Amino acid sequence: MVGFTPSVGDYAATSPEDGGGEDFMKTRGFLPALPALILLFAFFLFPVVRMLGFSVEAGTLDWYAKALGEQLYLQVFWNTFEIAVFVTAICLLLGYPLGFLIATTTPGWATLGFIFVLLPLWTSVLVRTYAWMVLLGRNGVFNRWLIDVGAIADPLPLLHNLSGVLIGMVHVLLPYMVLPVYGAVRRLDPALVAAAQGLGASNWRIFWRIYLPLTLPGIFAGSVIVFVLSLGFFITPALLGGGKVMMVAVLIEQEVHQTLNWPLAAALSAVLLALTLGVYGLAQAAARQEARP
Amino acid sequence: MSRRLLIAACSAIYVFLMLPLAVVFPISLSSAPYMQFPPPGFSTRWYDRFFEDPQWIEATVRSLYVGGATALLALALGVPLAFSLARGRFAGRVLLDRLALAPLIVPTIILSVGLYGLFAKLKMIGEWYGLVVAHTVLALPFVVLVMVAGLRDFDRGLEQAAEGLGASRVRTLLRVTLPLLRPSLVSAGLLAFISSFDELVIALFLAGPNMTLPKKMFDNILMEIDPTIAAVSVMQILLVSIVLVLIGRFGRGLRDSAR
Repeated sequence: MVGFTPSVGDYAATSPEDGGGEDFMKTRGFLPALPALILLFAFFLFPVVRMLGFSVEAGTLDWYAKALGEQLYLQVFWNTFEIAVFVTAICLLLGYPLGFLIATTTPGWATLGFIFVLLPLWTSVLVRTYAWMVLLGRNGVFNRWLIDVGAIADPLPLLHNLSGVLIGMVHVLLPYMVLPVYGAVRRLDPALVAAAQGLGASNWRIFWRIYLPLTLPGIFAGSVIVFVLSLGFFITPALLGGGKVMMVAVLIEQEVHQTLNWPLAAALSAVLLALTLGVYGLAQAAARQEARP
Repeated sequence: MSRRLLIAACSAIYVFLMLPLAVVFPISLSSAPYMQFPPPGFSTRWYDRFFEDPQWIEATVRSLYVGGATALLALALGVPLAFSLARGRFAGRVLLDRLALAPLIVPTIILSVGLYGLFAKLKMIGEWYGLVVAHTVLALPFVVLVMVAGLRDFDRGLEQAAEGLGASRVRTLLRVTLPLLRPSLVSAGLLAFISSFDELVIALFLAGPNMTLPKKMFDNILMEIDPTIAAVSVMQILLVSIVLVLIGRFGRGLRDSAR
């Protein structure tokens, strides 16, 4: 479901032997895809390209000069990039142990472990964002508790700033790191671990010399998907950032809904899209390079 | 020793993951009119307020049928698409694959703004079917991923047996292939439903004055936080739990579709 999108090369493994029903799929296999293709052209490609076109409607690149030249907008792009890096790093730090544990425990515990990763994943982002407001607010659960036990005198500012946005985003994106790491650990040949144990390697040594290098593809896949999804984040920064933490998606929404500056919104969208697809494309190319024997 | 350390660390991470889900339960049953924790007393008034407010009910009903229609449309388009991707041999298949999964990667805000411009022109802002079409674009990748995984593990020998025994191609599809794929179909449909039911960004742009549940929640969080939203949250968490149980019981294993 998440992680790297499987490429068609993966499906080729299904490559069937010749059978009666095969002729149709062989000669006209694209026909079943047509309705979906029409939908994607009409309501995905066309509207996006049409909107991006507004940025060059005047026949100049002025709006791009504005989006990439003005301090205000550059700062927003830089913020977005920084937040994406932080979120990816924290997700990796928390997601690796979790994915590792689920992959190496008994099936019963693994099922339970999965449920508690998937339940938050499929719970509405709004519900979770609201819950973090309850937990992190000035009079929220955490601050009350810390004051009650005497750890602090004044409430900590946990909401409407960077820390609130980071906590909320990590919570949303963590499962996207756990699942690829889980997959990578599962694919690892247990005989390697058994052999290392038999030769007397310590647990830490087994981790550093076997698990970590062999699960790097999973780490990479998880990091890329978390980073790319972070770039376009809207709900969490909009609600937990309290207007103080500006990310590109929030800025685009404001340009459309409040300022009604479509050309600028289009230029910002084009830059965001280029960054997103650029990072994703580069990562896929790197992964392919690595996979080549 | 290090194993115990790992388990301790992961327990803490699980607390982080589940805490926001757990905290809304006591708050939804609180008697306090504003957020207070721990709650001073027990009451069901926030649930009453939800069920007595036609706006909340209307938004919930709209989200339910938009989600249902999205699931149906995403299956109707996504299942044949998955067949093409998994079994077809034609030029441009790689490109089609990329296109079908692109809505997962392209920031939703960009698609939302694009559709907002287009739908404003077509006078489709505020129409429920506009939301369905947009949500279907977002749900399509889930359907494709789950169905392609299902087709990958499919035993083609069963189809050949049916055809060898004289069944027509259509009959084989309807009586053998699709019934065998039912677990994948169930998972794909439920995931498409949930993805639409929870979707906010598209709805923020396209729903117009007609609220969906997430949009109503968003407005409420921005305007006045009262525990009604906690009650809504509890019901939503319960709904998702039920859907996950249904997927576990009748669908393709969550772990398989998580690959």
